[in-house]
Amino acid sequence: MASSIRVRATANGDITEVQALIQHPMDTGLVKDSKGELIPAHYIQQLKFECNGKDVFVADWGTAVSKDPYIKFSFKGAKKGDELKISWTDNKGGSDTTTAKIA
Amino acid sequence: MTTTTGPLPTRRLILQGAAGVALLGLGNLPFGASPALAAANDKYPEEAFKQKNEADAIKALYGKTAEPSDKIKLDAPEIAENGGVVPISVTTSLDKVTSISFFVAENPFALAASYRIPDGTVAAVANRLKMAKTTNVVAIVEADGKLYSATKEVKVTVGGCGG
Repeated sequence: MASSIRVRATANGDITEVQALIQHPMDTGLVKDSKGELIPAHYIQQLKFECNGKDVFVADWGTAVSKDPYIKFSFKGAKKGDELKISWTDNKGGSDTTTAKIA
Repeated sequence: MTTTTGPLPTRRLILQGAAGVALLGLGNLPFGASPALAAANDKYPEEAFKQKNEADAIKALYGKTAEPSDKIKLDAPEIAENGGVVPISVTTSLDKVTSISFFVAENPFALAASYRIPDGTVAAVANRLKMAKTTNVVAIVEADGKLYSATKEVKVTVGGCGG
């Protein structure tokens, strides 16, 4: 199965810039479908980025994060070739994990 | 505080505990703040995400109030054509930032996203949020145990939570 997470991590000197795009419906639980029935809430609650055994960024999300979420941040202390581990869990117990090499 | 021997000793214990917390908080802000943060760190702040208005959500998440700061730059469009995808980003020149959170004042649930910034991570984040209607977007930055905020109004022409 193709990963739901797409990541680009680029090292520029000491700073590594990370951009991630995740495929997820991020349903709020407030929207009705075409039959007038509520679509149950289904959204990512936590997204974690780890590098060299350390959390570098943790996101706690509610339903107000857009569908197919995008996130950008930067951190220090990594170099080219280091591995970045990304994982998320949603409110229905779903999860996904991927790793990316810092370019 | 696991033994329940009677009403009086229990109350004394609680009072002692409270005094301890108060002392910590008053004595040394950074150190006082870190145990509380560590406790909140691994857990998803379920309660804060359930709060309907902004003030309650900030309280549930941080337990204190924020003061406006011009050291936070909140970047959001003046007008968002599609409330479902509003690009919003924050950068700050504040020191010792430990977390950044986004609130959308008139959304069904005010808290949109909360980011923990560990040591070594740059205090800047960009993301995309849903907005139900024209309202204020508030960014809260926690730095050195204190809360700072920046607010910007975004006009929404088509809401992101319609059905």
